[in-house]
Amino acid sequence: MQLSMFFQHLANAISLGSLYSLVAIGYTMVYGILRLINFAHGDLLMLAAYIVYYGRGMFHLPWVPSILLAILLTAAIGIIVERSAYRPLRDSPRTTILISAIGVSFLVENLGLVLFGGRPQPFPLPVFFDSGSAQEIGGVRIENVTFAIPVVTLVLLYVLLHIVHRTKTGMAMRAVAKDFDTARLMGIDVNRIVATTFAIGSALAAVGGIMWGMKFPQINPLMGMMPGMKCFIAAVFGGIGNIQGAVIGGFILGVAEIMIVAFLPSISGYRDAFAFVILIGTLLLRPTGLIGEKVAEKV
Amino acid sequence: MSRHLKRDLVILVCVALVVAWANGDLKDLLGIPGWQSYAVRIINMCAINAVLALSLNLVNGFTGQFSLGHAGFMALGAYTTALLTMDMAAKDRVFFMTPLVEPLRNLTLPFLPALVLAGIVAGLFSLLVGVPALRLRGDYLGIATLGFAEIIRLIIQNVRKVTNGALGLKGIPPVVNLWWTLGSAFVCYLMLRNFLASSYGRAFKSIRENETAAQAMGIDLFKHKLLSFFISSFWAGVGGGLLASLLTTIDPVQFKFPLTFQVLLTVVLGGMGSLSGSIIAAGIVTYLMEFLRVVEETHYWGSITIPGIPGLRMVIFSLALVVVVVWYPKGLMGDRELTVAGIKGVLGRVRQRLRIKGGRPA
Amino acid sequence: MILDIRGMKMQFGGLVAVNDFNLSLEHGELVGLIGPNGAGKTTVFNVITGVYAPTEGAITLEGRDITGMRPDLVTRLGIARTFQNIRLFSRMSVMENILVSLHWRLKSGVFDALTQNGKYRAEEASMQSRAMDLLARVNLDGVADSPAGSLPYGSQRRLEICRALATEPKLLLLDEPAAGMNPAESIELMKFIGRIREEFGLTILLIEHQMRVVMGISERIVVLDHGVIISRGTPREVSRDPRVIEAYLGVEKHA
Ligand SMILES: Nc1ncnc2c1ncn2[C@@H]1O[C@H](COP(=O)(O)OP(=O)(O)OP(=O)(O)O)[C@@H](O)[C@H]1O
Ligand SMILES: [Mg+2]
Repeated sequence: MQLSMFFQHLANAISLGSLYSLVAIGYTMVYGILRLINFAHGDLLMLAAYIVYYGRGMFHLPWVPSILLAILLTAAIGIIVERSAYRPLRDSPRTTILISAIGVSFLVENLGLVLFGGRPQPFPLPVFFDSGSAQEIGGVRIENVTFAIPVVTLVLLYVLLHIVHRTKTGMAMRAVAKDFDTARLMGIDVNRIVATTFAIGSALAAVGGIMWGMKFPQINPLMGMMPGMKCFIAAVFGGIGNIQGAVIGGFILGVAEIMIVAFLPSISGYRDAFAFVILIGTLLLRPTGLIGEKVAEKV
Repeated sequence: MSRHLKRDLVILVCVALVVAWANGDLKDLLGIPGWQSYAVRIINMCAINAVLALSLNLVNGFTGQFSLGHAGFMALGAYTTALLTMDMAAKDRVFFMTPLVEPLRNLTLPFLPALVLAGIVAGLFSLLVGVPALRLRGDYLGIATLGFAEIIRLIIQNVRKVTNGALGLKGIPPVVNLWWTLGSAFVCYLMLRNFLASSYGRAFKSIRENETAAQAMGIDLFKHKLLSFFISSFWAGVGGGLLASLLTTIDPVQFKFPLTFQVLLTVVLGGMGSLSGSIIAAGIVTYLMEFLRVVEETHYWGSITIPGIPGLRMVIFSLALVVVVVWYPKGLMGDRELTVAGIKGVLGRVRQRLRIKGGRPA
Repeated sequence: MILDIRGMKMQFGGLVAVNDFNLSLEHGELVGLIGPNGAGKTTVFNVITGVYAPTEGAITLEGRDITGMRPDLVTRLGIARTFQNIRLFSRMSVMENILVSLHWRLKSGVFDALTQNGKYRAEEASMQSRAMDLLARVNLDGVADSPAGSLPYGSQRRLEICRALATEPKLLLLDEPAAGMNPAESIELMKFIGRIREEFGLTILLIEHQMRVVMGISERIVVLDHGVIISRGTPREVSRDPRVIEAYLGVEKHA
């Protein structure tokens, strides 16, 4: 294998890994606070992509407003989902909320099928990201999108970490994640914090979805299913509840997936199984993930 | 006891007569035609869905272990049944890309042993999955079993020598009829009812109620979870086998997570922990799935065309699931069972209420 | 000697919940384990019953090493327990709660149960009568068919003790059985415990929060504070021990 080929794959791998990271953050934040696998999180990615698609195609909005609109609407939908399908169940067994989340996920996907149609649609691309536009670096041709995705991820990650560690809201979020009931007793408006968490996570998923559309410019109502699953797995792998963990997990998962397909073509049919193998391995061998804390259950 | 036995026998004979009628068995004998094939098909689906819901309920509702891997075990059962019942010619027609491996190619069994083997294959795989996965709890167990099901599906899709890969299998003998489907549902129900009423069933429920306490009372948690998972997967395999024979074509895409979703929906709707609830819900869900098919099909009334809306059925069903979980988390039956005494009691209460109303001065 | 705990230490991460814990119980004894909140009492139970494997030390039951053994196996060897926060099988009937404890002795196999054959039915009948018998001895036979969760608090406590008895233990561990009861109810419960101890020939280790409650019934008392034993002896000796008084006063001051 040529070296330039390797770097080509590496660039793709880093790009996919960053995408996974971005979506995994939403899973990890919600799980950290509610101990809920937000099954519908991946589908928000699809919604955001379609909002941009219609914003550009039907309403001829310029790029910036249509992207902002997608992010805002997706965040709002995230809040609505929490409000209507999760909050009423907050004191129910965790698997009950999980069933509700699975229901919401199927609802969103099938609503997508009904509203947008099942046929894949071409995602509009800004000129800068057109499939032709690429940079040549030392014989390696890297598309602009491939390059842009990790940059956007890093910027958003920086902003997010700032919010979580340096603002009052972030502090409250961490308090709620650590101990829901105590946080409530201490006078933190838990509902507001949960809503904020969903808004932030959903907004990140929206960015993820838009970039997904730019990297793989065919969108369909079920496009969020597999990435959603994989990003949750990335979050578990990194250590659920931990933002850095989600980023590392997403990164490793993306890189590993691309590399396996590139260097072991004989097992590429199992590409999608790879994530699940990682999941099961993590849960069994190191349930706290790469950088999670151990929580023993009290009897 | 003997009076009950007599009553049960009478009911059984009556049901058998109706089934024979519906199935068209009385046509040659008495000249009475069977029911419309559409109705028969719906009943077949109801029965198969009942088997699937009952078996998922055993693990999720009665043992409290949240499994989302049903579709994987159904796939194993479906492929086993298909490969064991198709004859060599049919197999050769399907496996034109990669030939089927030898002992399987010219092995053809009658339906019953094939169906039982389908259950056993699914059951054995469930042990492979369960030994590691059942160490997990709650949502993690759910996501891990979902992962295993997906892995099973991907293996099926990739081992072309055995499964014909993504092309799937066609020309599976359509052996099933009402006797097979209703018979399987009946045996499944009886088996689970007996088992759940036994000491093992109590052990399962104690694990659901409180794992720590169950273990402290001497219950071997792992052994019983695995047992529950095995029986559940056995019946998932049988259900898959019945489905394969009913549909006559199968492919790996059918066995994706939405299939598990549909069974889960049925179980939740009927009530986690109620066998009769699962059966009733299987009937409702199957019937509605068929009934609502109209909204997805395009209709032509003269010159007017009403376009169908694909996906609308699933919108309705997923919305129903969320609504049930949020507002009626117990489903139709909660963890109670429909019994003759129970029905009598309800009827009595209704009658009493009516009487009180009637007695009031107007 | 029935139970022997030697040099037991239990550490959770950085927190040492119990340290250098030594205790042996003689057959037929009733020993009280008391101490303020968070002293490590429940942790001692959890280590004895195998919920946690101790960081250090060994536990032997009638000369047999049971350190870190799985809880269900420990139960089968003859140690049964109740929980501080009641853990009944609430949606199951009172009767079924007892029957669960008899399950581990069941000889019928899975196949017998599936087919409900004669062998199984005979065994089921004898389990039922044994369970009914046990319920009668704790005055709960009248509510055998009610869901366990629907019982009043005091009855739930008694049912939990009865369920533990049904596993046929030699050693019974009771974790604050009188919690949430008024003084009269507590006295009643202590009498009840004394009675079953005689009837079933039990050795009992009893956790209590307040010393008063166990004074009258225990032969010996062990006092735990911050994970270490600060005093042991007869109720009289312990209640006069200045360290014990200080430990409890200290708690009251904070509270
Ligand atoms: N699984 C665990 N993980 C971490 N810490 C634990 C665990 N179990 C107990 N602890 C800690 O060990 C210490 C002793 O707890 P324990 O429950 O044994 O106290 P206790 O004497 O029973 O108190 P109480 O009277 O409140 O029941 C406490 O600080 C508790 O927080
Ligand atoms: Mg305690």
